[in-house]
Amino acid sequence: MAEVLVFVDHVDGAVRKPTLELLTLARRIGDPVAVVLGGGAGVAAGVLAEHGAVRVLAADAPEFAEFLVVPKVDALQAAVEVVSPVAVLLPSSAENKEIAARLAVRIGSGIITDATDLEAGEEGVVATQSAFAASFTTKSRVSRGAAVVTVKPNSAPVEAAPAAGVVEELVVVFSALARGTKVLSRTPRESTGRPELTEAAIVVSGGRGVNGADNFRVIEALADSLGAAVGASRAAVDAGWYPHTNQVGQTGKSVSPQLYIASGISGAIQHRAGMQTSKTIVAINKDAEAPIFDLVDYGVVGDLFNVVPQLTDEVTARKN
Amino acid sequence: MSLRIVVCVKYVPDATGDRHFADDLTLDREDVDGLLSELDEYAVEQALQIADEADDAEVTVLTVGPEDAKDALRKALSMGADKAVHVEDDDLHGTDAVGTSLVLARAVEKTGYDLVISGMASTDGAMGVVPALLAERLGVAQVTLLSEVAVEGGVVTGRRDGDTASERVEASLPAVVSVTDQSGEARYPSFKGIMAAKKKPVVSLDLGDLGLDAGEVGLGGAWTVVDSAVQRPARTAGTIVKDEGEGGKRLAEFLAGQKFI
Ligand SMILES: Cc1cc2nc3c(=O)[nH]c(=O)nc-3n(C[C@H](O)[C@H](O)[C@H](O)COP(=O)(O)OP(=O)(O)OC[C@H]3O[C@@H](n4cnc5c(N)ncnc54)[C@H](O)[C@@H]3O)c2cc1C
Ligand SMILES: Cc1cc2nc3c(=O)[nH]c(=O)nc-3n(C[C@H](O)[C@H](O)[C@H](O)COP(=O)(O)OP(=O)(O)OC[C@H]3O[C@@H](n4cnc5c(N)ncnc54)[C@H](O)[C@@H]3O)c2cc1C
Repeated sequence: MAEVLVFVDHVDGAVRKPTLELLTLARRIGDPVAVVLGGGAGVAAGVLAEHGAVRVLAADAPEFAEFLVVPKVDALQAAVEVVSPVAVLLPSSAENKEIAARLAVRIGSGIITDATDLEAGEEGVVATQSAFAASFTTKSRVSRGAAVVTVKPNSAPVEAAPAAGVVEELVVVFSALARGTKVLSRTPRESTGRPELTEAAIVVSGGRGVNGADNFRVIEALADSLGAAVGASRAAVDAGWYPHTNQVGQTGKSVSPQLYIASGISGAIQHRAGMQTSKTIVAINKDAEAPIFDLVDYGVVGDLFNVVPQLTDEVTARKN
Repeated sequence: MSLRIVVCVKYVPDATGDRHFADDLTLDREDVDGLLSELDEYAVEQALQIADEADDAEVTVLTVGPEDAKDALRKALSMGADKAVHVEDDDLHGTDAVGTSLVLARAVEKTGYDLVISGMASTDGAMGVVPALLAERLGVAQVTLLSEVAVEGGVVTGRRDGDTASERVEASLPAVVSVTDQSGEARYPSFKGIMAAKKKPVVSLDLGDLGLDAGEVGLGGAWTVVDSAVQRPARTAGTIVKDEGEGGKRLAEFLAGQKFI
């Protein structure tokens, strides 16, 4: 069967959920071969094998952490040469899209980004994408080379499918540009203990209506009662009330959770671009005319400072 | 020594309009107003600031797009860029991302550059890949997704805020930079700027000028194919209730009914 390269997102061998989802999709197309860069391949291999990786290609070198993007492109190119895959799949993230792009040009392949589904078609891998702030659904494929596709988190279920997962060393010869962009320092984000925004099943977001950094506690309390991630609109981020990493929308994160709860958010097109594919949408806004209400499954016209704490208490009570 | 900065700006359909696909599954440009992609205004802004800091610098704005794309160039010129390059050719219709990067790379090389600055993503295709593609094509360093950027002594440094960490990065020129909307508000064109823009040169280039064949670009030369584009059904109208003291509780009922609690 044809082989499919899956680029693994991991932290010291702890594989992130979108990669496991990717293995589910990869199995529809062929035999998944995972590529793990940096330390921790041994740890990662176990979980990758449980989810269908027939082989695990591993490479470790300081270049992967010390320089931007290109060393990883060099490694994936080496993997493509070893495997001759029909497709190369990466979890969608800003950096992975850049890696995918450079790889595509190098191996003479078309590129598709932010796919939400993949299937094997008669003329190759068919990707589903959403366009124009999710108002259209398109089906595309590459007409040249192996399909290089980045896939959005939450696009497929995580399924166990045990396979051999034999770890093999991937030999990478770094290109002239590999050391072109140096990472001078890196400040890791502090973990909040809450789920990762793009991976979360439930996202609770606040906007300008939250009216202050301290008030975001109201949003956080609801999120914690539901085991949810916290999101914010750009207005809230620009006001300095919440970190930019939590911004949902065109220039923030794109999320598609099972449930999205927007409080004090009007629903501007740029915000909708990042959350419109959520399965169930709920909004709380004191303005009955707010455009967000056009999207909702359930909306409450009211003051969030009354509605949200009451909801939080009710959720907590029901859970106990 | 003069610092040559090329800013890539895209002409896009207005996101607040009713955007859709044409029969050949490319972007329908007929029914929606076009404009300079808002995210590229941030690129123009950073270019102008870098040019101000340099002893001697020239800012050229570059677009690949149909005739109307001149509007995007005029806007960038009125913000303060010095000159513009417009690549227009009927054969460009339907060009995909790898094709766009090929055309941009040729135009950048022809213009001459030390630094290329792009937006983080277009507001239509929104792939966020062109800067990386361009760096690969040009064979130079990429310093992308910067929320802060500075150029000094032939070196570009910046801050890249990623998912798991915030990084300080640096590269020697020539390089391709892309900036986010966190990099600083873009200036509004002044009346003086708008008047001055009318006199600034706009150079038009076609595929022949760039040594490219029609077969390398456009729908025919694309390495990707769109097979279908279907409008998503409008979401069915949901339940909307007014809070009269029990809004939170009723919402909890709804969430419980949907098995979220
Ligand atoms: C190029 C570009 C990119 C952008 N990218 C993004 C992006 O990624 N994400 C994003 O979100 N935006 C983005 N924006 C900004 C976007 O256009 C809107 O300005 C922004 O989403 C508005 O945020 P908001 O809904 O919180 O604020 P507003 O539009 O001001 O809405 C606040 C809402 O809160 C309600 N409200 C106020 N008080 C209360 C209360 N006590 N209880 C209940 N409701 C209350 C009001 O009725 C109002 O509807 C972008 C804009 C541009 C130009
Ligand atoms: C809805 C939609 C989906 C698409 N999906 C795909 C796809 O999956 N694969 C594919 O190969 N193509 C796709 N395309 C085509 C692709 O968008 C165009 O080829 C486009 O020119 C490059 O990608 P982008 O607009 O996403 O740019 P991005 O990569 O998002 O743009 C980043 C920056 O590059 C610069 N830039 C981009 N285009 C130009 C330009 N023409 N002139 C000057 N500067 C520019 C700007 O500075 C911009 O801010 C799609 C187009 C649309 C409208």
